[in-house]
Amino acid sequence: MLTPRITQILASARSAGWVLEPLAKEILADRKLAVPNSVLTDSKETATKFLAECAGPVVLKAVSPLIVHKTEHRAVVTHVQDPDTLASQMARLLSLKGCDQVLVEEMVSGIEVLVGAKNDLQFGPVVVLGLGGTSVEIYNDTAIRLAPVTPSDVTSMVKALKAGPILEGFRGKPGVNMAALTRMLVDFSHLVMDLEPFFESIDLNPVMCDSDRCVVADARIILLPER
Amino acid sequence: MDLTCLFRPSSMAVIGVSTTHDHHPANVIYNKNHLRYPVQTFAVNPKGGRLNREPVYGSVGQIDTPVDLAVIAVRSRFVPDVVAQCIEKGVKGAVIISGGFAETGDKDLQKEVTDLAAQADFPFVGPNCLGIYSPDAVDTFFLPGERIIHPKKGNIGFVSQSGGVLVDQMVKFAGQGIGVSAAVSIGNKACIRETHMIDWFEQDLGTRVIAFYIEGFECREGREFIKRAHTCTKPIVVLKAGKTARGIAAASSHTASVAGDYRVFSEIMAQHCVAEADTEYELTSFCEALSCYPKGSSGHIGIVSLSGGHGVVAADACGHHGLDIPEIAEQTADAIHSRLSPEIQAIASLKNPLDLTGSCVDDDILTAVRHLSRDPHIDCILALLLPYSPGISADIGAKLSQVARNEGKPLIAYVPKEDKYKIIIEGFELNRIPVASSVEGAVLMAKALKRCHPC
Repeated sequence: MLTPRITQILASARSAGWVLEPLAKEILADRKLAVPNSVLTDSKETATKFLAECAGPVVLKAVSPLIVHKTEHRAVVTHVQDPDTLASQMARLLSLKGCDQVLVEEMVSGIEVLVGAKNDLQFGPVVVLGLGGTSVEIYNDTAIRLAPVTPSDVTSMVKALKAGPILEGFRGKPGVNMAALTRMLVDFSHLVMDLEPFFESIDLNPVMCDSDRCVVADARIILLPER
Repeated sequence: MDLTCLFRPSSMAVIGVSTTHDHHPANVIYNKNHLRYPVQTFAVNPKGGRLNREPVYGSVGQIDTPVDLAVIAVRSRFVPDVVAQCIEKGVKGAVIISGGFAETGDKDLQKEVTDLAAQADFPFVGPNCLGIYSPDAVDTFFLPGERIIHPKKGNIGFVSQSGGVLVDQMVKFAGQGIGVSAAVSIGNKACIRETHMIDWFEQDLGTRVIAFYIEGFECREGREFIKRAHTCTKPIVVLKAGKTARGIAAASSHTASVAGDYRVFSEIMAQHCVAEADTEYELTSFCEALSCYPKGSSGHIGIVSLSGGHGVVAADACGHHGLDIPEIAEQTADAIHSRLSPEIQAIASLKNPLDLTGSCVDDDILTAVRHLSRDPHIDCILALLLPYSPGISADIGAKLSQVARNEGKPLIAYVPKEDKYKIIIEGFELNRIPVASSVEGAVLMAKALKRCHPC
């Protein structure tokens, strides 16, 4: 079941064809998927205050209905640690096309994982797991399952990936928290079932996974074209 | 939906026969059923007359006995009227051979027929199909009997979206000695679809494996198929055509660009334990293996061979197909070694794949298979038999089958397919142990068991 707020977010995003990152994360957070602490603002003061409250660096992201692929527009700035950089980069981002506000987020780290969904014509919603980042298509190392998935489906997805050992821990490097990843995929798969009438595809990419938790660092919900 | 009227009709009307054109599809269908099948067959054409000295009825309504099945082979625009007449007559179901519906863009005409039938709860196969071949019962294929190669009656239920592929696959089944319980070309599947066929074949006592040739599903139909397949108690095998990536129009997300149509299909089939065959040859092997071992296995293979070379070839093929050749337990090797003929004790290699050498005799093979079956690391055994080896008797098939049945682990045999070895092959097959005619084929059978392993 979708809450009235989620229905409202989807309705408002219809004309753009996709849900802006802060709103997409609001939908995910409603389903208990972990997202980074953040503030959405056009004010340097608010952003600076947020930076001061964070234990580590922050990420700045332009929020614009005209920018779908942020890296292609240099619309993301990572590792921002000092107020001066924050101020200058905020000004730059606010000058990008269609950008009225900047999403300032605590920076999360870990293994980059792709969690995705596609509304398949023949099968309806399917979920996808793979190694994340911008090179997903290059490696094409992904596993696909019919949604909703069970925890044992998630186990088989990890096993099916060439990169499975990286997630499980490899050559002394810690893997990801499998319980957290499993919970995220299962919860996400139920969410996409509820979103079936609305979405075309969803990328949670990257989801940052470490031995403690899995946090959705970026999210994009592409909606079905209006009929 | 009771489909007995379609698969085991007592009486059938063939609507659309020609009194002037002997090769008309309806005439071919009428003749073969009238002459060779245990079904009372009536010819129908509005012009009436006689066909081969039998009466041609002006309409199905003029037939004065009940009719189970109507085979409709008239021009598409007449089909709605003919279906209405069949419903009025109380005919129980139909095969609509005629083309000229959705496949040529006339969706309205197809919908008219489908709605009419749905209101009357009147099942039909097609349109635009070959229909049903049900051995010893009925054959609606409009292919002359002397041209078509029919597999024997057997336990594979085969369903195809393509009539041409269906006939071709029947030739392959026949070549491998595989029989069908029924073969169905569902054409445009306006009424009877894959899910109905799972329902029918699951309750059909003569069917052990349900096989599909699938080109594609309609909107969300794949999900319905999977839901039904997931609860089916019999193994399901699919062969998919149309695997090459169709352009994913301006994929705007990473997910959409990696999750192409075929990958989605293939991974979902695996997720729900539907065994997807990669080729027609695999389909045949899968059907044969799963008709003997419906429960599948995890793919840990023990190989027994009489020649080191065959063992290596099989091990390579296993690796290629994702099957594991585990080391066998020490006590297994010891148990086998202590019971081998003295002549081969020193020369047999008891590491997996086992090489019993060309000097072994029947009892050595029985011993090896018996103890491999008891090894916890092994869940499927390949026995590569070379019948030209002098110590092998003609009874090896029957004897080894007995061991396999007693031990309860899947055994797959390779025996060269030659007439002089037929007694060995039958020794296996009559005891429902699958036999491949090549080493690769035996490995594919083992792969089928892994693909259909309950998830």
